[in-house]
Amino acid sequence: MEDMRYEAPATLDAAVALLSGASAPKLLAGGTDVLVQLHIETIEPDVIVDVKNIPELRTMAKEKDGWRFGAAVSAMEMLENADLCKAWPGIMEGVVLIGSMQVKGRATVAGNVCNGSPAADTTPAMIAASAIATVIGPNGQRQVPVEDIVIGPGKTSLAKGEVVVSFLLPAQPPHSGECYMRLTPRTEMDIAVVGAGASVTLDDSGTCIAARVSLGAVAPTPLLVQACADALIGTKIDDAALTRLGEAASAACNPISDKRGTKEYRIKTAAVIARRAVERALERAKAN
Amino acid sequence: MAKKSHVTTTVNGDEYEFLSEPGQTLVDALRNSLGLTGTKEGCSTGDCGACSVQLEGRLVCSCLVLAVEADGKSIDTIEGMANGDELHPLQRQFLELNGSQCGICTPGVLIAAQALLETNPDPTETEIRYYLAGNLCRCTGYDKIIRSVQAAAAEMRGS
Amino acid sequence: MATILEESGFDPNQKLKIVGTNPVKQDGLDKVTGRARFGADAFLPGMLFGKILRSPHAHANIKSIDASAAEALPGVKSVITSADFPSIPQGTGAGDMTRNVMAVEKALYDGHPVAAVAATSEAIAKKALKLIKVDYEVLPHVIDPLDAMKPDAPILHDYMRTKGDPDAPDKPTNVTEKMVTELGDVSKGFAAADVVVEHDYDSKPMHQGYIEPQGCIADYSEDGQIELWCCTQAPFVYRDRLTAILKLDSSKINVEQSELGGGFGGKTGFYAEPHAILLSKKASRPVKMTLTRNEVFRGTGPVSGTNSTIKMGCTKDGRITAAEANLVFQTGPYTGSMYFNAPNAMFTRYDLENVHIVSREVVSNRPKVNSFRAPCVPQIVFGVEGVIDEMARKIGMDPIDFRLKNAAVDGHTAIYGDTWGPIGFVETLKAAKESDHYKSPLPKGQGRGISAGFWFNRGGETAGSLTLAPDGTVTIVIGTADVAGSRVSIAMMAAEELGISIDKIRVSFADTNSLGFNRVTAGSRTTYSVGMVVVNNARQVIKELCNRAAGIWGVPAEGVVYEEGQVRPASSNVGDFEPMSIGDITAKTGMSQGPIAGHSEMNVTGAGPGFGVHIVDVKVDEGTGRVDCTRYTVVQDVGKSIHPLQVEGQVQGGAVQGLGWALNEEYIYNDKGCLDNASFLDYRMPVASDVPMVDTVIVEVPNPAHPFGLRGVGEVPVVPTMGAVGNAIGDAIGIRPRSLPMSPPKMLDLLEEAKGLSESERY
Repeated sequence: MEDMRYEAPATLDAAVALLSGASAPKLLAGGTDVLVQLHIETIEPDVIVDVKNIPELRTMAKEKDGWRFGAAVSAMEMLENADLCKAWPGIMEGVVLIGSMQVKGRATVAGNVCNGSPAADTTPAMIAASAIATVIGPNGQRQVPVEDIVIGPGKTSLAKGEVVVSFLLPAQPPHSGECYMRLTPRTEMDIAVVGAGASVTLDDSGTCIAARVSLGAVAPTPLLVQACADALIGTKIDDAALTRLGEAASAACNPISDKRGTKEYRIKTAAVIARRAVERALERAKAN
Repeated sequence: MAKKSHVTTTVNGDEYEFLSEPGQTLVDALRNSLGLTGTKEGCSTGDCGACSVQLEGRLVCSCLVLAVEADGKSIDTIEGMANGDELHPLQRQFLELNGSQCGICTPGVLIAAQALLETNPDPTETEIRYYLAGNLCRCTGYDKIIRSVQAAAAEMRGS
Repeated sequence: MATILEESGFDPNQKLKIVGTNPVKQDGLDKVTGRARFGADAFLPGMLFGKILRSPHAHANIKSIDASAAEALPGVKSVITSADFPSIPQGTGAGDMTRNVMAVEKALYDGHPVAAVAATSEAIAKKALKLIKVDYEVLPHVIDPLDAMKPDAPILHDYMRTKGDPDAPDKPTNVTEKMVTELGDVSKGFAAADVVVEHDYDSKPMHQGYIEPQGCIADYSEDGQIELWCCTQAPFVYRDRLTAILKLDSSKINVEQSELGGGFGGKTGFYAEPHAILLSKKASRPVKMTLTRNEVFRGTGPVSGTNSTIKMGCTKDGRITAAEANLVFQTGPYTGSMYFNAPNAMFTRYDLENVHIVSREVVSNRPKVNSFRAPCVPQIVFGVEGVIDEMARKIGMDPIDFRLKNAAVDGHTAIYGDTWGPIGFVETLKAAKESDHYKSPLPKGQGRGISAGFWFNRGGETAGSLTLAPDGTVTIVIGTADVAGSRVSIAMMAAEELGISIDKIRVSFADTNSLGFNRVTAGSRTTYSVGMVVVNNARQVIKELCNRAAGIWGVPAEGVVYEEGQVRPASSNVGDFEPMSIGDITAKTGMSQGPIAGHSEMNVTGAGPGFGVHIVDVKVDEGTGRVDCTRYTVVQDVGKSIHPLQVEGQVQGGAVQGLGWALNEEYIYNDKGCLDNASFLDYRMPVASDVPMVDTVIVEVPNPAHPFGLRGVGEVPVVPTMGAVGNAIGDAIGIRPRSLPMSPPKMLDLLEEAKGLSESERY
């Protein structure tokens, strides 16, 4: 660690070269996970690659296909974007819950997702929104659905030298709404015991024609639960459908018991939180 | 021994230089390299807010920022909050209303409250509580902290 | 001249000018500007950085330590192990203390120090720790005290036998002591009861949660003089304990206290200071040592966890006839939990004839516990006040009326032997009953609970001086750490007594060289005891001022009086002299008669008990079990509120600490016996958005032993909290919880259990 170097490349190519060439590089965006890991010595990088100076990672704009924001855009910058907040309230519910105001001043969605915690607060909403990451590496560029990024606790599918450049939140059809909710013992400052991101789309008659439900903190990775979507699609998301949704959520859990919650508690409350998230998404879908 | 980085930074309007060890945090640099001990270190993991500063006008935990990242940037700490011997209304109200007991969390709370009032001059009680959720206090139970912020906000609005 | 202990001078009709107001405290400015210097805010030229190597095992024999590679690392200037400490036999007070500081034969908890290093940078010190080779023989560990009491439990100390238990076999045990506390005859009492309630309760260890980690600088000169700067609640106690374990003269150790960033009982013992001193000795350079938050959780002194069985009986018209309890306290690996407070305080506020309490203290592989506010009592009162509430419900009596029916009054002789003077429990209960909170309707879907609590409040050894400068201004030196603004209250009491403006008074802290022994800032004793000393000192100087004025005027001493900061003739008969201020007299007589000062060294007695009643409203999320506190009112008798805003702040802070303890705070261990949640992320203390405003109703039933009638304030507010929250949750969900903390998973389980209860079975 005392031989650790700090680099702040100004271009993507330079960043990729550094990340590919070092033996144990660590990418630094907001740093709210990285600095903790340095402090408790769970990582011992040889190079810290600070990507905050790279222009492509700092974009935030509505495009033809949807909203795009860069990997180095901080949570606060996103929250201060009124149009983004209006367009994606569920995503922003996840962003707001990343941590304190101080943490949000630095933390990024990319960092939150790619840190690979199953309990990350932005990942379920991003998955429910069908968000897609643009990734650049030594072998070029690729698009990765967010649900394919995290493959295990603390592990991503990114290859050595690869870096997330930005995320696209694809424009949603009319009568769509999304939401993120989580369960924590305190009102703030906790890691989610259970998290649920939900997105639903209704047709003109109010019947659900598309749904995505993603659960966090109940498995080694954030989950995209097809069975939850199946419980909703084709229904008017009435009480019976919501009950089936809750059951599907509990059934999909494969949690551990740890200092943040027992297995049994997570299984029970996954149903409750998933249901509440879907209810709020439904309210938003009806209003859109 | 690894090479240190030469960092030039502006703190409370004054220019400072120091040599940063790799991995050194900003809170460590402020306190130990620059002697500005008003910013406190309570946990080193961003969970208590005692190390709060403004970095380029943004409220952050300085334990979660590398010292090298301060190069070329401006930082505001508690030492710069008063204007000479004229206290900021927040500081004054904390004194009047007993918003500070042991005082260890106070610099971080004041910096955070100042950032709040800069963006939201008329916050509700709930908004203040959620904004300050990242600042742990063990002495006050938060009651008089919230009241001090409310009083300062009212004073600054000229009510 | 009678001392203040003999004659307090309390006058219920006294007109007070300063006491009872809210001047800005003199240390306030430094705290809001960042100028105040806490333990880690000091630097000495040439200082080194110290770091401690800690056992990763909960229980292990230490076979050997090889620090040679660490010593050889460039930048390392000293390395210490237990070999550098004087050898003190096991099983003694000093032996336990020294071993908690640095393990000798065994590592007894995850985090137990085994070595320490001082180097030219913290990074080098951290690297050096990794080079120290410790040969551990890992042993089976035991965490839970009930497990530690089982016959096949791993034994921590072969020499340990249960004190106070003649029936205990003469073989190694983990039970340090058994104590029986009794009054009257409980079997008769229960026989006379119409209603009997008995339950088991348990609580987990928690931490005081002070935001400032320990920080100190030690400077050991070659001639054996030691200067120690540190944050502490007890500079004199630190000095004397250092004397005991380092085998040095007290006069060689000077402890200077920094501002204290929270202690709450946790900084009454040292965790880094002895290491810093010995590292400094070996390196011949000053050594600065600060603990990380992880070290604070693993390696300082958490709060005792408990198991209790509590049984009480009452008649159908609400008179308690018997109270019985069986209590078990965790203490960590060594005795010293102060568990005896619990039998002495748990029922104390009620006038009971028949009481029988059996208490045991048990060692296990956890850090050595230290005090919190009201050590070992709130977690037991959690159960007592639940039983009381249940009895009241069973006979259909209002919970406050039930407590009023059994309340102790003036002249009560408590179970621990003291006979009380005037007390305010009844007044506090009545004030709670009349409070806005209690009278307001409970919002739908919420639960309301009340609970009462008591604390002895203490006096103790206290020394201080009050000196008049030649210009007549006043400096006060005290030796008791200021944990919550006692400085300003002390200045106010001096200002009141001297009849001068508080601006003319400066209060500062002595280092241990400068004053006689001062007991810890704990026991809610500081404002009371130091107040006694300060007023006593003020009276001494007033007497001297009068004598000198009499001398100047050539009149007898009885012919002058002191009033409102001036000495004047007692009547026109004495003579026609212009009154003289303090400054006039010191200016005129300083040269010829010397400076004027008062000093007192006393064991302060007469502290009056305090009582509190808390009213709490909660809302429980039926889907998740999460509890939100929606309204909180503290009602407390403080005797006399010297500085009302300070008093409110103290009680609000205590209530919220209790709220955290009630809902979420606990030590969580993994199956290796290591602490799993050693950070503020997972040790869940309340944040600002978790709590409502805390309303306070301050009752004043004066303690006439004190010149202004005050009683200690600091500990009473934590005692009732968990009982009140538990009773509120019980009211909300139909089952009263019995296990702390009342965290969401446990509440969800209770909610499910409550579904199966009939109306009469519901709480």
